[in-house]
Amino acid sequence: MSDLIDRDTARRAGLFVAYDTPDFFCELMNRKDAPPDSLALVRERLSHFDLPELRQRAGAAEAELYNLGITFTVYTDRDAIDRILPFDLIPHVLTAAEWDHVERGVRQRVTAINHFLWDIYHEKRILKDGIIPAELVLGNPNYRPEMEGLDVPGGVYVHINGTDIVRDGDGRFLVLEDNARTPSGVSYVIENRHMMLRVMPDLAAGLDLMPVDEYGLRLRHALAEVAPQGVTDPQVVLLSPGIYNSAYFEHVFLAREMGVPLVEGRDLVVESGRVYMRTVAGLRPVHSIYRRLNDDFLDPQVFNPDSMLGVPGLVDAYRRGNVTIANAIGTGVADDKAVYAYMPRIIRYYLSEEPILSNVDTHICAEAEGLAYTLANLDRLVVKPVGESGGYGLIIGPHATQAELDDFRVKLLADPSNYISQPVISLSVCPTLCEAGVEARHVDLRPFAVTGRSTWVLPGGLSRVALRKGSLVVNSSQGGGSKDTWVLAS
Amino acid sequence: MNPIIVDAPPADGTMPILLSRYAECTIWLARYMERIENLARLIDVTETFVRSGSTMNGWQSIIQINADEDRFFARHADATEESVVGFYVTDRENPNSIASIAHAARENARALRPLISTEMWTQLNIFTNTVRALSATDIRSSNLSALCARLKQECQTHHGITEGTFYRDQAWLFYLIGRNLERGDQITRLIDIKYHTLLPSVAGVGSEVDIGQWTAVLRSAAAYHAFRRVVSGEMTPGAVAGFLLKNDGFPRSLSTCLRQLHWAVGHLRTDYGLKHGYAAAERIEELRATLAEQTVKDIILRGLHEFLDWVQRELRHVQGEIAQAFWPPMEPPPPPAPAQSQSQA
Repeated sequence: MSDLIDRDTARRAGLFVAYDTPDFFCELMNRKDAPPDSLALVRERLSHFDLPELRQRAGAAEAELYNLGITFTVYTDRDAIDRILPFDLIPHVLTAAEWDHVERGVRQRVTAINHFLWDIYHEKRILKDGIIPAELVLGNPNYRPEMEGLDVPGGVYVHINGTDIVRDGDGRFLVLEDNARTPSGVSYVIENRHMMLRVMPDLAAGLDLMPVDEYGLRLRHALAEVAPQGVTDPQVVLLSPGIYNSAYFEHVFLAREMGVPLVEGRDLVVESGRVYMRTVAGLRPVHSIYRRLNDDFLDPQVFNPDSMLGVPGLVDAYRRGNVTIANAIGTGVADDKAVYAYMPRIIRYYLSEEPILSNVDTHICAEAEGLAYTLANLDRLVVKPVGESGGYGLIIGPHATQAELDDFRVKLLADPSNYISQPVISLSVCPTLCEAGVEARHVDLRPFAVTGRSTWVLPGGLSRVALRKGSLVVNSSQGGGSKDTWVLAS
Repeated sequence: MNPIIVDAPPADGTMPILLSRYAECTIWLARYMERIENLARLIDVTETFVRSGSTMNGWQSIIQINADEDRFFARHADATEESVVGFYVTDRENPNSIASIAHAARENARALRPLISTEMWTQLNIFTNTVRALSATDIRSSNLSALCARLKQECQTHHGITEGTFYRDQAWLFYLIGRNLERGDQITRLIDIKYHTLLPSVAGVGSEVDIGQWTAVLRSAAAYHAFRRVVSGEMTPGAVAGFLLKNDGFPRSLSTCLRQLHWAVGHLRTDYGLKHGYAAAERIEELRATLAEQTVKDIILRGLHEFLDWVQRELRHVQGEIAQAFWPPMEPPPPPAPAQSQSQA
């Protein structure tokens, strides 16, 4: 084929000339059936961009992120406190029907998790009924005996939840993981939308996208709703570990969106079982704390005694019902990777409903059957340590060398209950601007649910994209980027 | 002093809350940006002095102003242009270099991000990135004047953006307190060091060279034209020092800095009910009175250096009293000497 013809073909086919993903589900390009009109329109508009144009806009977006310091710290990069979470300017698009399904599924899951947490810190019915092994819950390092018998306002433990969702080769939504401790990433959802509308206004023009701007207000209302009883005008604060935390940018963002003070542990003081913040006018009462600090660091009198980040006496104030902590202490037991395997049963147990969103098939290596299956199929499975997050310490069988598999087998046998295994999902893909052009990259989705008196789900969520070709790991700590998530309202 | 517990915010909810830590960071952000501007001015004027070949070891004077002799000579044998400029512009090991101060300013701004405007943050972030990327070429003597002009301009841009976008509540007053504390401190340092380096011998006073030098000092404080406009007659060292100390119309004079400092501390009390600042306010009043009741001639006769030294010490006490009033240590009881938790040049 001559160069001339090649270029001519390229011009007619536009941006997607080399884009081909027969093996994967792609929201935009390969839905296995005809795309809805609104989606076809996005695709049509995108195809009219040429590569230099798209790159020029990507450059503008990157410069803006750099100047704004919208960044994500990576612990291994000691020199730079700031690093940009790469932003890809081709959106991840969901239809209204798809979103309806995801939203209902997320709401159902969060409701079940809150029932579960109330139960295990009170009557423990689910353990007595043998639905889930008692040891798995009570022996879990994230189970906090300090929470037993404490009646949290509204029965809400998980006020902010992030549900990691993927789509398989048929486009089916599957829950990969629950994040019920201090899930991060929501600021990128909102900032990505702002960036998108600035850099790609012609792509979004006239489309009916569901808005993401109300997150801060919703969150503040929810936190006010769960404030201790009898407080008419509750003071909400966001508790951050400080400027060196990887998510500090997000803490600032949320504090501003909510219109509440961003405090550090040293700004708070507990006197007579009540929490105050140190202001230039003296001590001011605090009623609801959105904490972005792990349980271990909250109160050196109760947890890690060496922690300088927390507030001595905070747990005592909490147990006396004088302050609300969101998320509650001890929610980590609900998003544990081993407990995850029981989530469909947990949903059925408390809600008498079938799960709207399915789990990925999960084998629990703590159980003899699960371990045997995992060992026999190591080269075909993803095996994850249950206690880690951020994509650390896992092995993807089909991508591993024999030596790596052998090493891992030893680790697994040494501590089987630390692992679960899952089949490798043929993750869905999204067109993504890469060095060689627009190529398919794997994506996932983390919708955020906010729960006060009721549960509200932010339309869309954080779309993470694995920027390395073929990579299945989307975590920002492992070289992932993010995309704007569009939920089409109609 | 135990902090007062306010049981509930005012019913109308109009009284904005300011965390003590934010107030502290605001003061230091303002001080550091002001300090960078002054350092750039100082390097600029020194370069002019040295180029005109009339000063004995002009570069050493910057080290004296900042009381950095120990730190500097631990690393360098001689105070040459190259070593001093490197030390004060790009050397990140030196906490008093522009690169280090810019970093410190940004860290304070980062802590203040919930409070400051995005425009303030963005400009500071870009500025700090630029400063930290400066190379040996950028600070060569042929580029030095242009670099100083750029640094000054960036600091002024910061002031302008802050003026135009920073929300007017207590935090703004703390910002003004920081800026005027630093500016007052720096102007006394400038006068102190130049007055003495420019008076090498009795014979030199009043000579052509001397006048040229004083012109440069005035220019470095952006005071030359104002001085010419309002001071008739000869340009004597006394007249210049008097202008920089006591002129109420000049924005960088000591008397103006003290007046604005007093105004800001006073408004913390009248507008926000923050009465703890009385000790600092009284001290500033005392300072102002002492400055007002002496002519510059009196001051020089009694000892200019001693006076300036006293002013600097008093300003440090003001900072300490403000810290004690608005971000008191919780426990144990406060040490007797006023503490400044961040670096003081």
